[in-house]
Order: sequence, then C-alpha cells, then structure tokens
Amino acid sequence: MAAIQTNQLVKTFNAGKVSAVNGISLTVEAGELFGIIGPDGAGKTTLFRLLTTLLKPDSGSATIDGLDMVKDYKQIRSRVGYMPGRFSLYPDLTVIENLSFYASVFGTTIQQKYELIKDIYCRLEPFADRKAGKLSGGMKQKLALCCALIHAPSVLFLDEPTTGVDPSSRREFWDMLAKLKTHGITILVSTAYMDEASRCNRLAMMNNGRFIGIGTPQTIVNEFDKTLLAIRGDEMYRLLNDVRNIEGIEECYTFGDVHHIRLQKDTNLKMTDIEQILVHQYHHTNVKMEPCQPTMEDCFMNASKKER
Amino acid sequence: MKEFIAFVKKEFLHIFRDVRTLLILIGMPVVLIMLFGFAISVEIRNVNVGILAPQHEVLIDRLANKIDASEYFTVAKWLTSDQEIDPLMKQGKVDVVLAFDNRFASRLYTKDGAQLGILVDASNPNIAASEAMYLMGIVQNYFQNNTQQQIKTGGLSTNVRMLYNPQLRSSYNFVPGIMGLILIIICALMTSVSIVREKETGTMEVLLVSPIKPIVIVFAKMIPYFVISCVVLLIIFVLSFTLLHVPMAGSLFWIVIISMLYVILALSIGLFISTIVDSQMVAALITAVVFMLPVLMLSGMLFPLESMPKFFQWISSIVPARWFIAAIRKLMIEGLAVQYVLKELAILAGMTLIILGVALKKFNDRLE
Repeated sequence: MAAIQTNQLVKTFNAGKVSAVNGISLTVEAGELFGIIGPDGAGKTTLFRLLTTLLKPDSGSATIDGLDMVKDYKQIRSRVGYMPGRFSLYPDLTVIENLSFYASVFGTTIQQKYELIKDIYCRLEPFADRKAGKLSGGMKQKLALCCALIHAPSVLFLDEPTTGVDPSSRREFWDMLAKLKTHGITILVSTAYMDEASRCNRLAMMNNGRFIGIGTPQTIVNEFDKTLLAIRGDEMYRLLNDVRNIEGIEECYTFGDVHHIRLQKDTNLKMTDIEQILVHQYHHTNVKMEPCQPTMEDCFMNASKKER
Repeated sequence: MKEFIAFVKKEFLHIFRDVRTLLILIGMPVVLIMLFGFAISVEIRNVNVGILAPQHEVLIDRLANKIDASEYFTVAKWLTSDQEIDPLMKQGKVDVVLAFDNRFASRLYTKDGAQLGILVDASNPNIAASEAMYLMGIVQNYFQNNTQQQIKTGGLSTNVRMLYNPQLRSSYNFVPGIMGLILIIICALMTSVSIVREKETGTMEVLLVSPIKPIVIVFAKMIPYFVISCVVLLIIFVLSFTLLHVPMAGSLFWIVIISMLYVILALSIGLFISTIVDSQMVAALITAVVFMLPVLMLSGMLFPLESMPKFFQWISSIVPARWFIAAIRKLMIEGLAVQYVLKELAILAGMTLIILGVALKKFNDRLE
C-alpha cells in the first residue's frame, strides 16, 4: 500500500482567485524519501498542509496510510509527524522542555521513543537546558525534527527543513534523513534548494501549483533533451541580454559565475555561430563557451519553460 | 488527562519565564488601587470658606460656626465687600465664598426674602460641584432647623451616591471599576495573545496535527490565567479592605461568585478574539479598543451612565463590565443581598454562554 496517494488535489484561496495547488496527483511508496522541489510560492507549503489535514481540498482526494484525508483526519493526525517551515518550537522553553512537551502531547515519553531520536538528540544533549530561542539554526532544526519524530510517526512531513540553515548542517540533516529511512519511515520533504534533490529517492518538481516533472534524480536529468552551453565574457550583464536576442536560443540565465544557454530543440545554431554573432555584431570580448551537463536547476528551468 | 496536565504545566512555564509581564499583571492592580484610592481624588477636604457679610448678625455667626465645625470646611476669612472676593480666591486663600445680603436676617422675614450666594472656585469642576452641593446642604439644613419660614436657597439636588458614600469617598466607586478593567486585561488580553502567539510561531500547526483535542488546548490555555485572576482578585480585595476601607458590606461569597463568572466571561472573550485574528499585535489592539475602552468609558466606572445620551446608554448595555461593576457596587458598597443583582448575574451568565459557545464553535481544528 502506498504511504501517500493523492488524486487531482486542488486548493484555491481568496474565493478561487489564487490557486495554490492545482491538480496534484502523487504516489509515494512506504519507506520512500520523496522530495518536492520548487521555488517560493510554488504551492509546496499548501500541499503539505493539505496532506497533514490542516486544510481541506477544494476538490480531489488523498489517502495517507490508506486513510482518507477528509473523513479520517483524526486518525491521520496520530500517525504523521509534521515539521512546518518555521521550526515550531517554544523559544522560551528549554530543549528538554520542548521535547517532553511534544512527547506528552502525543501520549508518549522521551524514554519510550529514545531509540528513534537517539542519533539526532545526542548532539543536542549538551544543550538540554538551553532555551530553544537561543539555539543556532541548525540546532533548532535538529530539535524540531526530534519533536516531529518523538511519537514514531509512519509518515514524516518536513516542510523546507533546511531553509535558513548553514551548508554543513544541511548536509548533516540529509544524512540524518537517510538514516531515518532505515527505520521504515516514509518521508516527504520539500526544499527550494535544487542541489539537495539528489539526496531523494524520487522527487517532483513543482511550480505554480503543478508538478512539472517527477522521477528519480537520475531520470529527471536524463530526460533533459536539449543542448546546454556555459558562456562567459568580459561584460556578463550585456552578454546575458544580447544572447537572449539571438534566434534559436530558448533561454539564457545566470548560473553561478557563468550564463547557461539552452538551445531550441530543432535549431541548427552551432556554438561557433553564437560566438561569431556575439563577437562581430555585439563586439563582445573574451567570449568563452563550452557544452555542459544539465543540473537539477537546468532541468527545472527547462520543465517550467515547457509548462508555459 | 496526562496530556492536559503537561499542557497546563507548559502554559505556566510560559508565564513564569516572562517575569516582566507577570509583574505587570500583579503590580497593575496594586498601582491602580493606590492611584485611584489616594492620588486621584475628587473628595473635598480642608475647604477654605470666606463669609461675605456686610454686617455682623447672630444668624450668620451661628451658620459660620456650624460650617466651621464640619469636617470639610474651615471659615478662613470674613469679608465686608464683594471686591475682596477676587484677589482672595486668586491667592488661594478661600475656595468658596458665602455671600449674604445686606441686613440679611431682617430681610429673611420680608415678603421678598433674602438672598444668599455661593461662589465657588471652579477651576476643578468636579471638586467645585461637590463643594457647592455639600455647602448648600449644610446651609439648608441650618435654615430648616433654625427658622420657621421656608427660605429659598436655590434648587437642591440630592446625589444618590451620597447615600452610600456619605463622605463622598471616591475610592469606593473605583474598586469595582478597577476589578472590571484588570480582569479584562488579564483574561481577555493575555489569553488571546497567548493563543495567537502559538499561531504566529507555527506551534499551533504542530498541535493541530496531533491527536490532542482542540478543547484540551483551549482549557489548558485558560487555567493559568484563571489562577492568576484569582490571585489578582485576592490582592484587590485585601487592598480595598485594608487600605481603602471599602466596607465589603455584602456577602463575600456572592462577590466572589460574580467575579468568577466575570473571569470566565473575559476568558471566553479572549478565546473568541484569538479565533478571529492571526497576530498578537492585532489581538492586543482589538482587546484594547473593543473591550478595554468601553470598560473605561461606558461601564459607569468613570462617568455615570445615567447622564449619557440614550445611544451610548444603549451601547453600554452590551459591555459586560457595566453589569459586573453594577453588581459589585451593589454587593460590595451598598451591601445589598444577592436577589438585587439577579438581573446582572443573569446577563453575565447569558453573555458567557453565548461567547464561549461561539468561540468553541469557531475554534477550528484546521487552519481555515
């Protein structure tokens, strides 16, 4: 049985004017680490709130562990763990007070479930008496994860758990998620960081309330079927605008310290042609270009272009 | 039940961690009672009276003695012409002048009668009104007892309040008002802010996605503030009894019962506010504007309801504090039995049921 199954979920706000989730169908198998990747405003949080039964869908249906999200929402609530985007902790309570409060809310104790959170909590233990508001971002995130895990949920929803956390804590966090998977917990995690995608078993790219691509990190990259070039020159900003004017180029955008150029699928444009135009027509100097491998971000850009 | 206890414990932790707010909550009643009891006073005391009498007459002398003998007035100056009044009053030597007619005593028995003027320094209108009224009382009383003939000394209005507050002690009146105000602040304001804070920090989302029942959340939030309210009530009672010598004439049992009812009503208002707003700021503003201002203005705490336009009288009848203050005044100061406050009791109970019912119904176990 699938851990999460949704069918054409729709959720709109402001009397139907803003559609946050626009027909999402998704199946997540038990024990899977499933990522949802998309920019801010893509509808990730609304989708999470729907799946955690905090919101009712306008139309469509979903089941969590086989339980209906509207009818059986009370049962669902005792089975899932949820960590909202803002780490939901009480800043004026200490680490241990936060944890034992959440434990008792779920009718359990820290001792009973210690095994599950041991790996994460051992790093927090030296700070057990520190107030949660005084913890660093990475610590808060670990504590919030402990709180979401304390009742051994079968499905864990993590809404942008790595936002506002330093890169090394982010890496550590994904290592912890990988470990949790071994306990058989299904994890649905959303993020705006494309580079975290490769840590998921499968992932869905989300934009404007829709999924614009779904699969394993490998298949998503493999499905990129166009030529991708990296370009640099002396005047990067003018270069960006000029490249966009060239016939046969689908999109050009900044990527780190270079620009990525995606060619249209059926164009005859060659790398040398682009260089010719830029040097002779637009008088650019030191233009260097090379083909490059698509990253998750390139795939996302490509997929969201298709959507439009 | 274990969840509930853990929840209440957590709420108490929140309150005790925020020592400053707690001190304000406990300190506020003390400060307010001191302020209203001693500093802000509309009592009259040590009023200097000037007597303007063109001739010395036995009748006037006797009246002056009577005034001087009273606790509140001192005959400070004898004047012979009305030109002396202005400089004396400006120097603050006299506050009130009793101006007698020329040949006052003999005129008294003529057909036209005699004139007696009372001139009051009205730079503080509240005090001036009391002074004039009280002085007039003494004068009229004197003439009624000492002369056979009725003498017109101007319209005499009797203030009902003087009946139960013969010394015009203002602090009596403020105690029920302060109770009405502080309980709204503690219960309505603090409860709504504390629930809305959970929405703001996002912890409410996690609590909702847990097996805990919304009703448990609600009652766990209310209990600590209920306890604090009881402590504050106790402080108010002790202070008013020992410092202000408020009579506590009626049954303490019913005073406590009505106060508890009002506390529950205020808690329900707080809960209701928290269900309709999403930020602590708005919650505090709504409580202040929609609930605290009417308590000050429309409850009869500062301004008598009877002298308000009909429209405001009508509005005041939906202000819970109005009924609470009226009931407490009757019980605490007038010392009436409980059957005289049944109407107030019923109105408060009805309001509580309605607001608590609406709030519980509106308290959503989802986010919308």
